[in-house]
Amino acid sequence: MSLKSDNKYLKTLGKISPILILLVVIILLHLFGVLSWNRDQAAIEVGLINSLVVLALFLSYTMLNICDLSTDGCYTLGVAVGGVMAASGHPYLAIPAALLAGALSGLVTAVLQTKMGVNSLLSGIIVNTGLYSVNIVIMGKSTINIFRNETIFSIVRRVFGEKARMGFENAFERMPKSPFVQYSALIVAGAFVIIVITFLSFFLRTKLGLAIHATGDNPEMVRSSSINPVMTIITGLCISGSMTALSGCLFIQYTNSADINVGGGMVTMALASLLIGGVFISEGSIAVRCLGAVLGTIIFRLIYAIALALKIDTNLLKLVYSLIVVIAISTPYFKKQLPMIKRRLKHRNGGEVRG
Amino acid sequence: MADTMLNINNISKTFNPGTATAKLALDNLSLNVKSGDFITVIGANGAGKSTLFNAIAGTFITDTGSVLLDGKDITLMPEHKRAKKIGRLFQDPMKGTAPGMTVEENLALACGHGGWLSGVSADDKKLFREKIACLDMGLEDRMQSPMGLLSGGQRQAITLLMATINPPKLLLLDEHTAALDPATAEKVINLTKTIVSENNLTCLMITHNMQSALDLGTRTIMMDKGKIIFDTSGEERSKLTVSDLLVAFKNAAGTTLDNDRMLLD
Repeated sequence: MSLKSDNKYLKTLGKISPILILLVVIILLHLFGVLSWNRDQAAIEVGLINSLVVLALFLSYTMLNICDLSTDGCYTLGVAVGGVMAASGHPYLAIPAALLAGALSGLVTAVLQTKMGVNSLLSGIIVNTGLYSVNIVIMGKSTINIFRNETIFSIVRRVFGEKARMGFENAFERMPKSPFVQYSALIVAGAFVIIVITFLSFFLRTKLGLAIHATGDNPEMVRSSSINPVMTIITGLCISGSMTALSGCLFIQYTNSADINVGGGMVTMALASLLIGGVFISEGSIAVRCLGAVLGTIIFRLIYAIALALKIDTNLLKLVYSLIVVIAISTPYFKKQLPMIKRRLKHRNGGEVRG
Repeated sequence: MADTMLNINNISKTFNPGTATAKLALDNLSLNVKSGDFITVIGANGAGKSTLFNAIAGTFITDTGSVLLDGKDITLMPEHKRAKKIGRLFQDPMKGTAPGMTVEENLALACGHGGWLSGVSADDKKLFREKIACLDMGLEDRMQSPMGLLSGGQRQAITLLMATINPPKLLLLDEHTAALDPATAEKVINLTKTIVSENNLTCLMITHNMQSALDLGTRTIMMDKGKIIFDTSGEERSKLTVSDLLVAFKNAAGTTLDNDRMLLD
């Protein structure tokens, strides 16, 4: 029956079957009232904001081949800096502030592993631990709350609301809810994601971007080709740190409240999302692969939303989180192993031994 | 008048000094290489040939002595800075290219035209295609293939191209055809000859192929136990045959063999 695997349609079906299964489950859950569009929208919005972390890991993990464990702390750093800036009335300045803070975090991590002889995993852990204290100092306490302040999201929502109102000056008192207001958060988050993907796509095609990719791909070649790996690692980790902190900054402006542990599990989620995205889109241009990573994040968030909707005990949520990550990582692995497993079973059961 | 390109003065290197596994890899070695020289380096395994190359390229800093490249003192210069002027090929064809990047990207990285923040220009792309076509391996249609899909011989040929696309002051070839099949090895050797003569490069080549050692280049040196024990060029060298070299080789290696036999008896 080898002809079965040669069939082009069945092959593509096999490739997109995970998405199909997921779509079917989501549609069913909607029909049964477990999920609703509002919940979906929230999941997608959070997914888009968090996808910036996944894109940061695309740079540091996929390109530079460094597992940066300072991600959790760096994300919380973005939350802290962004929140404090918004609380003092500067929601716009929060963005460059978070970018700078993230870059500093990345710089420390990079210097530890390139100039101070610390192993790369340990560097991330050390910075992560240190950032815990730094973040509490920045926030002043262990939680942050900016409900009463303007954020980028509230500003945009207001602008869209006013724009919608402008067109109805002569209308009745009752104004229909403009779709732009409803989707304003989605638009803002989406805009940031598009800007970051465009940046990455441009940056990774420059000489510096190629040098960073080469550092992760073949470090021995890099040294003997006059590229300084210290410089490329510092640059790569600074940029990925900036993106992670930016994600945190947008997150606090979106949810308006967070505590010191908001970054917990972020690196696990990001790696799992990266892998989920890799299942669907594993080759192509940088922009396409970035879109795959974003898709992976959104899928992860949707699965998490499904788990939440099934009203699982809140104490078990972190366990559910871990289970999702394990399934996300091992599914593509088992998919690869499947032909060999089938063949072994056949062989054991006295099946045909092909020459 | 050819001037000195490489000046090595009394360099020594001991690995793991002060421990039981201490090894004197380079023993007060001196060498003068004139601009345009093509030197073949032969010697038994463990003689210190690759270690000499590592010392020149800066993979480690020597314990004593000095290294001058084209008059400039590079004794304490880090490896990546020296790599601007020194091209290097290794025995392992996988070492010289980045497998996850395309052929074009690898060449762009080696070429380094334009600033850090510039992409690969259309002119550069054309240049790379032309250079790849010169290899005569049909690779000009595979510019967008990931390097990891190419064979060892193809990768080694491209590595040679990458090392010489901006002609270096010194080219170090460390048994760069040893891992290739005879046909591909011959192709790469011919490529080496062409590129070196076209750009008038100064070149040092380690080889175990005695015939190549005599046929190629202008000068041959033999190393043993971290020293240069044999240095021949010009008229004297052209008269040597492979068996002459083998005799000299065995004499050098033979003394080591005798010592072992004496110890074991």
